[in-house]
Amino acid sequence: MDLIRLPLRFVFDRAERLLALFFPPAWNPLLNLGALGFFFYWVITVSGIYVYIFFDTGVTQAYDSVEYMTYDQWYAAGVMRSLHRYASDGLIVVMLAHIIREFALDRYRGVRWFSWITGVPILVMVYAAGITGYWLVWDSLAQYVAIVTTEWFDRLPIFGEPIARNFLSPDALDSRFFTLMVFIHIAVPLIALILLWVHLQRVSKPRINPPRGLAVGAMLSMLVLSLVYPAISQGPADLAKVPGTLGLDWFYLPLYPLLENWPGPVTWGGGLALLVCFCAVPWLPPMRKRSVAKVDLPNCNGCTRCFNDCPYNAISMRVRSDGLPFEREAVVDPSLCVACGICVGACPTATPFRRASELVAGIDLPDTPVADLREDVMKSCADFAGNNRILVFGCDHGVSVSGLDEKNVRAVPLRCIGQLPPAFIDYVLSKKLADGVVLAGCSDNGCHARFGTRWTDARIARERDPQLRARVPRERLRVLWAGSGGRRRLDQLLKRFGEELAAMPAGGTSIHKAGDRENVREPADA
Amino acid sequence: MPSALQYAGQFLVYTAIAALIGYFASFPRYEQFPEGQAQIKLSFAHGAARTQKCRRLTSQEIAKLPANERRPNTCERARVDIHVQLIVDDHTILDEKLKPTGLAGDGPARTYRKFIVSPGAHVITARLRDSRDTSGYDYETRREVTLAAGQNLAIDFKADAGDFSFR
Repeated sequence: MDLIRLPLRFVFDRAERLLALFFPPAWNPLLNLGALGFFFYWVITVSGIYVYIFFDTGVTQAYDSVEYMTYDQWYAAGVMRSLHRYASDGLIVVMLAHIIREFALDRYRGVRWFSWITGVPILVMVYAAGITGYWLVWDSLAQYVAIVTTEWFDRLPIFGEPIARNFLSPDALDSRFFTLMVFIHIAVPLIALILLWVHLQRVSKPRINPPRGLAVGAMLSMLVLSLVYPAISQGPADLAKVPGTLGLDWFYLPLYPLLENWPGPVTWGGGLALLVCFCAVPWLPPMRKRSVAKVDLPNCNGCTRCFNDCPYNAISMRVRSDGLPFEREAVVDPSLCVACGICVGACPTATPFRRASELVAGIDLPDTPVADLREDVMKSCADFAGNNRILVFGCDHGVSVSGLDEKNVRAVPLRCIGQLPPAFIDYVLSKKLADGVVLAGCSDNGCHARFGTRWTDARIARERDPQLRARVPRERLRVLWAGSGGRRRLDQLLKRFGEELAAMPAGGTSIHKAGDRENVREPADA
Repeated sequence: MPSALQYAGQFLVYTAIAALIGYFASFPRYEQFPEGQAQIKLSFAHGAARTQKCRRLTSQEIAKLPANERRPNTCERARVDIHVQLIVDDHTILDEKLKPTGLAGDGPARTYRKFIVSPGAHVITARLRDSRDTSGYDYETRREVTLAAGQNLAIDFKADAGDFSFR
């Protein structure tokens, strides 16, 4: 799978960086694909409701009512019709890109199988809704879609009478068929909406609305497209004629020429095999299960920080069970935990300053405990010399920190940058283990574990607990959210930062002030 | 806040995406049926005769049946194949035996076939045998039709009407 995944990841990484030249991280379309999908869904819903007011479900009236909207009321219903169509196409684009990106970033295996599997019926339903929508216009494209679809279903040996016979000749069709199609066209997206809710059940704080700037841009582009190139029908359907050349919507109907021309066993067998393979992808091969976060009750006071920060709802707060004088305790659901370590970064007991007692955090990753992290830091900085020593904390999914062989640079890898308790930055600088600290993670707004970069930013800016102490000199801290393809930027940053550190007076002088988030961060497109 | 240059870049990105959506929403064109040709579509669903004639049950056979299942006649469930033939200008374009549907072979036989023909005047003969006979046809319809390019001629069969219909 890596043979497919890695080139795709490279393409997405490059595309993200290209878009980052024009879009602020929060607005980057590739980092908001799911939210954009929701946005298009709502555009389709609103425009669909408006169009439905003028739509007539009669055999002959259907086409006429759509023509009325397109030409007589082009400024309102016509625009709405076009918006309905183009937003539907936009939904397919972002949905497919969302699927491929999640695959490329390996965010579909392990405990994430649930989101992948629940996404499959949504994909099928979006196509079903779109195809029935084309049917309703009852133009020559609708005729083609209706006939090919019913002929395809007729290749299943389950119908007593071929359903394509409903379209055998003009007198064979009646209006009730359109009523059925309208029902399907409305019911299927509603069911899909319920499934979307299920789809998001295992992620906390899902982003279902794009940032305003992106929403405005997407809406304007669809609106301008609707005005410049309005959706029009392709001539009335006439079952006494065969539609010749058609303008297919290649977003929804790319398989129709195959359904039309390939034998039924091939299309049905192939389609079902493809669907089964698609459902099985999270287990091809299964993700190696890492040891999940574990709560150490003697060190947990039920502060809820891990509960608030977990990106996958894997932590719940329950009534205290050990008799200690706290109301609640954190409980990890192993079936939901991705072992990202963000909860460890949130735990106030995960502080390297603890020397009086053994360093055991209230919640920790058993195979990479915070005590080992402190050891790694100590070892990495043991033979450090000079006045521009930099310790880099890198995440497994961001910039690779292996092979950083500058004399003044050491690196400590983490599962996610959010795994790093902010106290470690304070520890490194106050104990003078290094002169500067660099945090290198996934691209901004594109964290592999969803919230690692976001919570780290907020902890540094003292907007979220556990906060980075105010005494930490911010000029000795740099943050680089560059993703896996940002090694060149990291090298540039280290060179520049090393020079700056060498020129600084010994020790830290500045304290926390407003704007730390921006002051420590490298520009997105540096 | 993005700079003016960034907004210009965003404009280009949105324009490219809108152009991509607008183009592939109806282009490239797809020729699904050859230009200058016509189509004949033959379709029907029809139950043929049963493989054996129904017969009257004897009074002893009726008496053996549960009271709520007693009936005067009994019939084999299975039906014979339907033999259908379609001839256009002395060329046989379809000569087929259609199996009855259903696990017990008791459902109607069905067909749905399309043929591309050249436009113009044609003599079309449709024949069908649905009886236990092994030769000849129970129904035969012969029509002279003139097909226009792009026309779809539907040929249906309804046993009630006792004939093929050309529409």
